[in-house]
Amino acid sequence: MNTKKITMYGLFTALAMIMSLIEVLMPIPLPVPGIKVGFPNIIILFVLYRFGAKTAIAVSLVRVLLVSLLFGNFLGLAYSLAGAVLSLVVMILLKKTDLFSTLGVSVVGGIAHNAGQITVACILMSTSEISYYMPVLIITGTVAGIVVGIASHLLIKKAEKIGF
Amino acid sequence: MSDAKNRHYLRNDIILITSVIVLCIVAIFFFNATKKEGGRAVVVINGKETASYPLNINTEVRLENNGGYNILVIEDGFAFIKEASCPDKICVNNTKKKYNGETLVCLPNKITVKIVSDETSETDF
Repeated sequence: MNTKKITMYGLFTALAMIMSLIEVLMPIPLPVPGIKVGFPNIIILFVLYRFGAKTAIAVSLVRVLLVSLLFGNFLGLAYSLAGAVLSLVVMILLKKTDLFSTLGVSVVGGIAHNAGQITVACILMSTSEISYYMPVLIITGTVAGIVVGIASHLLIKKAEKIGF
Repeated sequence: MSDAKNRHYLRNDIILITSVIVLCIVAIFFFNATKKEGGRAVVVINGKETASYPLNINTEVRLENNGGYNILVIEDGFAFIKEASCPDKICVNNTKKKYNGETLVCLPNKITVKIVSDETSETDF
């Protein structure tokens, strides 16, 4: 790993953390709890497309860990980790199939993120009743995924143009 | 990347997104069509059923767990959380519940209140 890479990884981890912070500061007023746009995913998707799966995994895990340490608690870590890991795995696999653009990949990533968190909630609460939220969370995950997908698509195109 | 390939991507994206949304709307309609008004509010703490209150009698109870508390209110057939010790107040800001299978969830205190019907005595965990 050379200095440029180390700097890059650090930079993108910091960017993803800033995105998490923006998300915490800007809650969406909706009746169903637990809905987020997933701004950090813009950065993770960008890294996934420009630098590959390994880098995306590293940036995502370090982000979740640091954000939980800074703003959250241990329980929060379990939720974020489940969401982040599941969505990243699904996005990497979907990107490999080469069937969808960033839009499709990010939509499925958003849904997987919500599914991961709901699963952890079901396990921690030892109740399956929360799965009633799932259809609503899938729809919001889809909408959030579209926003994130468009944003990262623009970002990737811009970066390609300037040869980043 | 060629334009033809971009179009092909976009078509797949659109198919994926529409099918997901249609599936969810169907699921939501299905859930709404099958929901019935519940008869009791069952309190689940740490995954164990601890108490049960009929929805037709107005009450106010204090539920405690993990050093935190939630105040459950039953009023005019609806159940809701009036006050909670947790910082996020997600349960307090939640809507009033009366239908079978609906839940009030407080993650920090690990307290769940779920509405169940009177007729069946199902305790399927």
